[in-house]
Amino acid sequence: MKEILRIILIAFRHKYKLAIAYITTFIAVAAYVVLPRYFGEAIDEIAKLLEGNQSVSSQSIINIAFVILGLSVIRGVMSFFQTHLAESISQYVSYDLRNEFYDHVQNQSFAFHDQYHTGNLMSRAITDVENIRMFINMGLVRAPYFISLFIIVAYILIASNLILGLVAVAFMPVVAIYTSKIRLRMRALWLIAQEKMSELSIILQENFAGQRVVKAFASESYEESKFQSKNQEVADIYIKAEQLRISSVSFMLFTFMISMAIVLFFGGQLVIAGNDFTAGDLAEFIFYLQILAMPIRMAGWIVNSYARAASAGERMFEILDIQSEVKETKTPVIPEGNRFKGDIKFKNVSFYFDKNNNVLESINLHVEAGSVIAILGPPGSGKTMLANLLSRFYDPTDGEIQIDDVNIKDYSLKMLRQNIGMVQQDVFLFTTTLKENIAYGFEEATSNEIKNAAMISQMDGFIESLEGGYDTFVGERGSTLSGGQRQRMSIARAVLMDPPILVLDDSTSSVDANTEDKIKTQMNAVMQNRTTFVIANRLSTIHNADHIIVLDNGSIIEQGTHKELLNLKGAYRQIYDLQLRPQDQSAENETRVKSS
Amino acid sequence: MNLGLGGVSAARGHSDEEFFGSAYDQRVILRLTPFIRPHIRMLTVSIVSMLIYTVTLVVVPWIIGHGIDQYIINKNQQALTMLSVVFVVVAVINWITNYIQQYAMQRVGQGVLFGLRKKLFGHVQKQSLSYFDNTEVGRLMSRVQGDVGQLQEFSALVVMSLGELLSLIGIVIALLLMNLKLGLITMVVIPILMVIMISWQKFAKKTFVEVRRRIAIVNASFNENISGVRVVQSFNRQERNMEIFNEKNLSHRWSNIVAGRYAAMLLPAVDILTAVSIVLAIYFGASMVEAGELGIGVLVAFIMYIQRFFDPIRNLTMQYTQLQRSMASGARIFDLLDRTPTLEDNKNAINMPVVKGDVEFKNISFSYVDGEDVLKDINLQISAGETVALVGRTGAGKTSIVSVLARFYGIQPGRGNIYIDGIDTTSVNRESLVHQISMVLQDPYLFSGTVFENIRYNHPNVTDEEIVNAAKAVGADGFITKLSHGYDTYLTERGNNISLGQRQLISFARAIAPNPKILILDEATASIDSQTEVLIQKALKTLLKGRTAIVIAHRLSTIRGADKIVVLEQGRIIESGTHIQLIQQKGLYSDLYDMNYSSIESV
Repeated sequence: MKEILRIILIAFRHKYKLAIAYITTFIAVAAYVVLPRYFGEAIDEIAKLLEGNQSVSSQSIINIAFVILGLSVIRGVMSFFQTHLAESISQYVSYDLRNEFYDHVQNQSFAFHDQYHTGNLMSRAITDVENIRMFINMGLVRAPYFISLFIIVAYILIASNLILGLVAVAFMPVVAIYTSKIRLRMRALWLIAQEKMSELSIILQENFAGQRVVKAFASESYEESKFQSKNQEVADIYIKAEQLRISSVSFMLFTFMISMAIVLFFGGQLVIAGNDFTAGDLAEFIFYLQILAMPIRMAGWIVNSYARAASAGERMFEILDIQSEVKETKTPVIPEGNRFKGDIKFKNVSFYFDKNNNVLESINLHVEAGSVIAILGPPGSGKTMLANLLSRFYDPTDGEIQIDDVNIKDYSLKMLRQNIGMVQQDVFLFTTTLKENIAYGFEEATSNEIKNAAMISQMDGFIESLEGGYDTFVGERGSTLSGGQRQRMSIARAVLMDPPILVLDDSTSSVDANTEDKIKTQMNAVMQNRTTFVIANRLSTIHNADHIIVLDNGSIIEQGTHKELLNLKGAYRQIYDLQLRPQDQSAENETRVKSS
Repeated sequence: MNLGLGGVSAARGHSDEEFFGSAYDQRVILRLTPFIRPHIRMLTVSIVSMLIYTVTLVVVPWIIGHGIDQYIINKNQQALTMLSVVFVVVAVINWITNYIQQYAMQRVGQGVLFGLRKKLFGHVQKQSLSYFDNTEVGRLMSRVQGDVGQLQEFSALVVMSLGELLSLIGIVIALLLMNLKLGLITMVVIPILMVIMISWQKFAKKTFVEVRRRIAIVNASFNENISGVRVVQSFNRQERNMEIFNEKNLSHRWSNIVAGRYAAMLLPAVDILTAVSIVLAIYFGASMVEAGELGIGVLVAFIMYIQRFFDPIRNLTMQYTQLQRSMASGARIFDLLDRTPTLEDNKNAINMPVVKGDVEFKNISFSYVDGEDVLKDINLQISAGETVALVGRTGAGKTSIVSVLARFYGIQPGRGNIYIDGIDTTSVNRESLVHQISMVLQDPYLFSGTVFENIRYNHPNVTDEEIVNAAKAVGADGFITKLSHGYDTYLTERGNNISLGQRQLISFARAIAPNPKILILDEATASIDSQTEVLIQKALKTLLKGRTAIVIAHRLSTIRGADKIVVLEQGRIIESGTHIQLIQQKGLYSDLYDMNYSSIESV
């Protein structure tokens, strides 16, 4: 119910449209409910003809005919407006919801996105929004139409003949009670059905996105069986939900027919008894009852749409009510010229997803403006998390991070992130041109600036060799580019951004040595006057850093310059030795070759 | 107009959004028949009960008319009671048959959807990677889920529409039987209605097409920008993306409202025509009653019938959008099913016997795009148990070689052959072959599921112990056991809750676990730190024993120990030999080698 109220509130944003929709509804109902009276009158007139009453002229029948036509025109025109407005309000609501949902989701912290699968979010944005839309149309706008039709017809029936009227509408409470009972069960079923559906969509999405793996393992039939079992579950739950709907719909029609039979029986008695209840009156009575046939049939749909909307609303609002853990400050500090100097301090920073498992523990670190800091450590040691905390993709569980002596929580997110250029490990390219991918977030960048950035990241040559040049489209997630090329695209993006703080997260791992060397030379120039975080596995990329920290299990175990760390003879030294060994071996091999 | 990111490709070129479909598309219905066939018994049950149900519906006005004329006006109490009892019996039959017809029909509907989804999914699996390279995930999703979902609504509609069509026929028959002359008179409005419907449909069609196209754009944009949310946030693109999204969403709303207006336009026409028909019945009925040709009850029944007569059309206008959506969805689904699967096995393909590991490429050329060969006349022989390293600059064709071997793409006819153990790979069933090859890919894609499930992937007979051993062999055991639930830890979408390096280790373990005869390592250690890498290198020495291995790596240190090194440049093999031979040749390999180590020397 709570969900339905919230949905209705959204619809109330369009209150003028809604008001007009209800007014036209009312007029349409009014025109509709007086129609049977004239049908009845016509029958009475004709009955009089039959009795040989010559006072009836064909003129009176023609008059009735014109009234019927006029009322129908009014009714038709009003139903046009009503239907059109119902549709348009429902479209406005789904538009609002889709926009809000999208905006809300795109501003959530990474922790949210770790938890909610894109497939799951997609299914909410598609199916749940549509279900809510249908409810606005069917439930919110049309239900009052049907309900008022019901009430007015009931009133007319009772007013025209108390007993017969009461008998005729006796089925209404039955329908009402039955409907409300079934509504709850239906809602629960739809919730399960939607959940199953979104599980199915996760399987689909992962399968499509991971096709390379699927193909590499020839696991098509395995994937099919995975899909099949979920597919079966979806079919089963839909059958169940539908069955419920069908049993209610068929029962409602049944009660309606029974009341029709009763009216015929008792009404027939009344006419036979001749207590000024004429055949025309009975006909009128039946015509009125007939009006109810449509609402009865639609009731099932309405209840269904209500149940679906309630569960869809629940899923929708579940997301919309999640507050991003990363919150904006209300009074942001604005640095001079909107640009940081780049002095960074980590003060006792810890981070964990769950208490037993610290990702980072009491990190203390001071990076002076303009210096280069390198971070080294095995996978999962927390290197990337360090960078994620800096950009506030997550907030630290403990401690604080300062940039230029201000807690980063006191800057606006936009300010913070526009000052930090990130080359992320997992490169994500968008389905658009190479140019737009490089200028991502900088629509105002000129072609020259873009080209320059591509030159630094060693992408220019390749791009120019393409037929479309910078206007070439890249496939989804950049699938038409190789891993190394994608990484270089991401470097170009960061270069174009020209930030005071640069984070290079393992940014050249998929690039061949030749290219890496070229990028490095260029990057050295780019890194001038910037605070740079270099996260890398290979010493060659980091030994020039001003400061090197070695992470293990979320803690800093060693730090210092390259020389200092070598002298420590600790973990760093070990890595250094490991990486040099092949070199020594190759020297050995070569001597062997020479001697042979 | 700038459509912005994401939707651009949906708006340009991709013809599959062009399907609009009419409200009734015979081809779609015909194509559905094979999916309906398995449920033919249920369908028969449904149709039979639907016929009975229709009779019970149509008979009601007749009962009322008959009652008024024969018993009420003639004051026949007893017969009226009898008739009422008959009415109640009719109502009960109506209830039962209504339930059965709908229930059976929706069982059929669900069965068809189930089959369709299954078929579609299986069909998509048979496409080569080039299909996936060129098709957005969002688009595929909307095909298998969105479009099939549309048919779901359709199945419910079919029940309603079919029922209404039947009652329409029933009513026509009843009208003509009750009074031929009056029946014909009241039906003169039908041709008018037909003309209106046909011309309406022409206009409406276009607008509904537009609706479908625009929603596809909205969804594609949503999918892409949420998948890439990490980049979106780090480049502060939320506001701009919101603008773009809003623009698409807005244009979708607009086209929907226009379409809705078209649908609503039929209503006044139907209402007025109903009235005209009733008025005709009353006017002509009156003189016929006077002349004694017609009973009043019959006239009452006539009016009731006419009111009902237009109900199907009224409903159709309400459901027209849905009907058309479903037809368009159906057309798109069958278009996808008609795409010849590029990876389908030869008709007489045999199962690959247990692989020993001899691999031979004979004159293999390959292109992703016609006319742009990425592999040119590759000849390569690898004996069982050998380790071969592929070396070359980015884009030289290394990954393409292994992609062709693993049959990600079909070998184009006349463009060479690949033999494994002397058997032409096109003559064997793909699954039986690739199942015996393991790969570690550049992008260590993991599925949501536990670590166990991820390593066991597609090899259900691999034991937990073997999994732990594989993880140990690649040095993944250490971090896995430290995860909150060890091997039972649930990895989220793409393994986002562990680091890239860790993902790579798991994908390594996944390749090793089934103990394959042929192992392909494509940049398998790119994101792994050097300590772990050295561990893996060491482990590989034992792991590669007795297996044929093809190794791709940029770091030459990883591949120096290979039995044979093959150097590629622009899709051709330009050098091949052992490390020592190639160093002596002073060709590209020795250049690359120098480059690679110069950086470390400077340390």
